[in-house]
Amino acid sequence: MNKVESLHRLPMRAEMPKPLSAAAFVLVLAFFLWSLSGAGISIPDLLSGLPNMGVIASEMVPPATDRFMPMLHSVLVTFQMALVGTVIGVIISMPLAVLAARNLSPHPWVQSSVRGVVTFIRTVPDLAWALFFVASVGLGPFAGTLTLVMDTIGFCSRFFAENMEECDPGPSEALSAMGARRVDIVVCGVLPASMPAMVNTSLFALEKSVRSSVVLGLVGAGGIGAELAVSMEMFRYDQAATIVLMIFALVLVVERFNSVMRARLIDGR
Amino acid sequence: MDALASNRIEEHAHGEKAGTISRLSPTALRVRGLRKTYSDGAVEVFRDISFDVLEGQSVALIGANGTGKSTLLRCCLRLIEPDDGEVTINGLNLTRQTGRGLRKSRARVGFVFQKHNLVPRLTVLSNVCHGALARGQGIRAWGHGIARTREREKALHCLELVGLADLAERRADHLSGGQSQRVAIARALMQEPELLFADEPVASLDPHAGAEVMELFARLNRDHGLTFVFVSHQLEHALHFSERILGLSGGSMAIDALTHSHSLASLRGFYE
Repeated sequence: MNKVESLHRLPMRAEMPKPLSAAAFVLVLAFFLWSLSGAGISIPDLLSGLPNMGVIASEMVPPATDRFMPMLHSVLVTFQMALVGTVIGVIISMPLAVLAARNLSPHPWVQSSVRGVVTFIRTVPDLAWALFFVASVGLGPFAGTLTLVMDTIGFCSRFFAENMEECDPGPSEALSAMGARRVDIVVCGVLPASMPAMVNTSLFALEKSVRSSVVLGLVGAGGIGAELAVSMEMFRYDQAATIVLMIFALVLVVERFNSVMRARLIDGR
Repeated sequence: MDALASNRIEEHAHGEKAGTISRLSPTALRVRGLRKTYSDGAVEVFRDISFDVLEGQSVALIGANGTGKSTLLRCCLRLIEPDDGEVTINGLNLTRQTGRGLRKSRARVGFVFQKHNLVPRLTVLSNVCHGALARGQGIRAWGHGIARTREREKALHCLELVGLADLAERRADHLSGGQSQRVAIARALMQEPELLFADEPVASLDPHAGAEVMELFARLNRDHGLTFVFVSHQLEHALHFSERILGLSGGSMAIDALTHSHSLASLRGFYE
């Protein structure tokens, strides 16, 4: 084949979009532009709000320290809620994940049912769970902890199930070939193989719970969020600044702890 | 080869093609009319497969890629369900069993896979202890940390048999391919199996490690009388380490003969 012939065989650098793809793209773009008005995006409002932002920001400096100890206690409660909620959620997620995993579920109906329940738990927003539990068990950290348990179940069950489905089927087949029971296969073959991914997911769940637990306080579910809500309502932006800094420090510490744990448990460093 | 094994082979040679049961040597594995299809019957892997394996015999299963050798071994343990036919292991018909009965029957057969299939993050000893699951040890066989002392000693002995007792505490994913395969054999031995299947056990190993593993199988077959059925693409291994060769081709058993009746050239011809 000479050079001219081979050039004719070269594919085009960019293909012309197909009519259907082009129409779909235009439709999505039009919907996005319509959504801008639905989302209330307003440049004039943003510009008129800038001075207010400046005033609030200036009132935040210097952060107040008059309620430092009660705030510190609330931060501790927030972390305790996140930790307990995550641990209980992870424990409950394990058997749910086994039932929801395609390769381990005893029956397709069981798998579909459990997946359905987990999807429902995950799609209900945190704040809705928080309002439900505040109404059920009253104001305070218990309602927040229950919310975080539900949040962790929705998050971890799904990812644990996927971790279990993705792990190498070889060890499970070997155990099955030697006549092991389903529970043996899960404990000896699947859990050790999917453990790194599950630990990773659990640590992410803890980070997520710490951030969520701050917001939950705003609806009366205990923790530092309640302090933040009171400070904002009383226009004590200097106290709010202290709380924001404390939350920042807490999230930073948890993230740092998680990366150390990941390195030790997963990478073996 | 001892006298008993010679007798068995002679008797098999004179007695039958697959199908007749030996009067002197009990049949370890009997397969009758096995058929397997995929895609709702559209693709037939093999049909009407029948053969016997006598106790203490070593049998090589050969055939080109895609002829269903691995599927046949898996069908024998019902890791893959056959469409038709019967498999009997030491008198127990696997095809009629379900649940606990099937698990008990599987427990009598060791299976060494092409890829060792060890649990990567656990220690070598824990992996070997898993073999005790086959003997109904329950949760005490989940790991060497909770296993009974007797079972731990037995696991260590199995590792000694494959020459890896020194690596008992090493993580399974820190082993070489040859070492991993030998641990997989130790795990199978921990089952105290009556029959050992090996599906291309040296396919992923270098020639030296592969020969070591095959020598180990041969020693277990020779010294411990362990009935051994292995799949191999290496015709030299089939000729050197088996007493009998089965060959799958075109969905049926095209070869069922004593190894000494074949040469490398004749087996190569089988692939053409």
